[in-house]
Amino acid sequence: MKRNQRWTIPILILLALSIYINLPNNPGIHLGSFDKDLKIQLGLDLVGGVQALLEADLPPDVEVTKENMQTARRIIEDRVNGLGVSEAVVQIAGDRRILVELPGQRDPEQALSTIKDTALLEFVDFGDLSNQEASLLYNTKINTDYQTSSDLNESDSLSSEGPVFHTVMTGASIKQVGVSKNALGKYLVVFELTPEGSQIFKEYTTNNTGKLLAIVLDNEVISAPRIEEPITAGRGSISGNFTAETANNLSIQLRYGALPVPLKVVQTETIGPTLGEDSLEKSLRAGIIGLSVVMLFMALYYRLPGIIADLALLLYALLTLALFRLIPVTLSLPGIAGFVLSIGVAVDANVLIFERMKEELRAGNSLKKAISLGWDRAWPSIRDSNISTLITCIILYWFGSIFGASIVKGFSLTLAIGVLVSLFTAVTATRTFLHLLLDNIKFTKHPKLFGV
Amino acid sequence: MINIVKRRYLYFAISLIVILPGIAALLVWGLPAGIDFSGGSLLEIRFNSTLPETDRVLDILSGFGFSDAKIQTAGSDKLLIRTKVMDEGTLASILAGIETEFNADIELDRFESVGPSIGKEVAVRAAGAVGLAALGILLYITYAFRGVKHAFRYGVAAIMAMLHDVIVVLGVEAIFGHFLGWEADSLFLTALLTIIGFSVHDSIVVFDRIRENERINRKLPYETIVNMSIVQTLARSINTQLTVMITLLSLVLFGGSTIRHFVLILLIGVFSGTYSSIFNASPILVVWENQEWKTWFKRSPA
Repeated sequence: MKRNQRWTIPILILLALSIYINLPNNPGIHLGSFDKDLKIQLGLDLVGGVQALLEADLPPDVEVTKENMQTARRIIEDRVNGLGVSEAVVQIAGDRRILVELPGQRDPEQALSTIKDTALLEFVDFGDLSNQEASLLYNTKINTDYQTSSDLNESDSLSSEGPVFHTVMTGASIKQVGVSKNALGKYLVVFELTPEGSQIFKEYTTNNTGKLLAIVLDNEVISAPRIEEPITAGRGSISGNFTAETANNLSIQLRYGALPVPLKVVQTETIGPTLGEDSLEKSLRAGIIGLSVVMLFMALYYRLPGIIADLALLLYALLTLALFRLIPVTLSLPGIAGFVLSIGVAVDANVLIFERMKEELRAGNSLKKAISLGWDRAWPSIRDSNISTLITCIILYWFGSIFGASIVKGFSLTLAIGVLVSLFTAVTATRTFLHLLLDNIKFTKHPKLFGV
Repeated sequence: MINIVKRRYLYFAISLIVILPGIAALLVWGLPAGIDFSGGSLLEIRFNSTLPETDRVLDILSGFGFSDAKIQTAGSDKLLIRTKVMDEGTLASILAGIETEFNADIELDRFESVGPSIGKEVAVRAAGAVGLAALGILLYITYAFRGVKHAFRYGVAAIMAMLHDVIVVLGVEAIFGHFLGWEADSLFLTALLTIIGFSVHDSIVVFDRIRENERINRKLPYETIVNMSIVQTLARSINTQLTVMITLLSLVLFGGSTIRHFVLILLIGVFSGTYSSIFNASPILVVWENQEWKTWFKRSPA
């Protein structure tokens, strides 16, 4: 194949792939452990929902460790999942902030109280349950008699059926927790109780030696150790098949009720569902209208090359949307704006090239030579100008990450993807198309086709 | 050939005429900081029945300690309320209060709340982000034009044209903020940074042509080369601007109200960016080459 046309096959493959990915009922890619739904993810501003930014509630000079933030993030994620919101996002933003996004959530008050509440730690009487029965309850939610009945009605996450267990005491009775090893080198979680706690525990463990005592966090059973002997001195230890890490996690959960760092809400945003739906419809329509008018302009002004640029533009739109699905990029309103804007940028590279090509044609060069010269001479401008846009995108993305400003992040990501894809479609694809079509046409016979 | 460079002082004057009112507005009224930067709460309430009088809504808000709330109508069925930071519990009570008082069917379209300390931090970092973007671009241009005489000048000229666009946009925001109640939020910042990228994008295209023409026509005076380069890239500048403006215009006309402000600012910035790269950035290179500032304050020989 001629050098000028060597991109033909890769372009066709990319085109086929992007069409496949963009099919409305795409089944996704499921190859072994590689599992991907190829759906466009819509941001909060398009589907409605609640967003909250939490910040470590500590003096600025107190350092917050990465591990603590990770643990806090995981715990919040667990709580949020209890709200029954699908596709909730909980991510760390910067050093001491956590961003929570709950698409579709209507009630900001309920959402925030779920996130903010310190988790409830309970020691629960498992009665005569055997080890095996108890282990079936691990990581499931149970009902206890500690909670008032009104709580039960409010929270959908608790099943109203199933046994109600008796709560012996809550996390409020714990004074200190740590990790240690026993003589056999096994990890233990050791704890010390407050005086009142010691009293309750002493009575309970004396009467129930040999039975299971469950440790329940936010209604979820995390462990159910056996009471091996009465604990009378207010100190006890939990043994089990702990690794250093699991022992440490349990001790963190016991110590802080749940969150390893106190968090406060510094920013919230709630978008009603109608507003989102309306915005989505309108901006999609605006995008299609914009794209059509730009294509019309290109075809009218640049004639044949313009139509080829239009084809490249369609390829650009397909590829970009396919990337949005693959990565995946959460599409927000500014993200759509970034995408629409990048259509303008994608055209710019073609405009630069075609203007240059026309000049070379006017200077009396052959068509083939004019195409090559047009590309070579326009390339430095295209490269330098796009790199400067990418620099801005990187800085915007960084700024958005620190503040959990996902709209800013979304915008810069879509614009950057647009710039990169447009470099390929406007430069490589258009050039290949032009050569494929025109290498055999004599420009001197059809100057009008080129608008010269 | 049109001589743009020759009339450079006319074009500088036009820029000044546009910029000065904006600067005045910035100095007198300041930039209207949205809650993203100043902290506070924003409520957007949609009424499926007739809109109540804003004074009576303010009475309800005052009952909850928000007597300094600012209430605006938006469209025919919405109220925009700005207050100091409000928590979700109070929000629910206020909404219930409005519902019973006016016997109205309402829907909360948007609720935003930003703590004052984070707002301040965002504002500081935002200024840092703009500065950093400018620095990154300056360094890149100096690098990309390293083979050219006075590569640094190109970077500075591009940054000056960029500052022109930043000031135009800030000024417009200040003026519209005063008269129409626009507020600078993080979307505004996004628009500003995008404009910075585009402005430089345009300048580079012209500079690139100057670089090329200088190589081919070593004997021509610099002024002629610059003008030639501007004219040769004029069709591209205008066409690119047209296509970008078409897409933005369709977003303004047919897009939702949520991003209209954002897109309008982009539109103004893109226009200003094209103007400044044609009529300011490259002519600045000529002013620099001729060191014209030496004669600015001298009387011309009679």
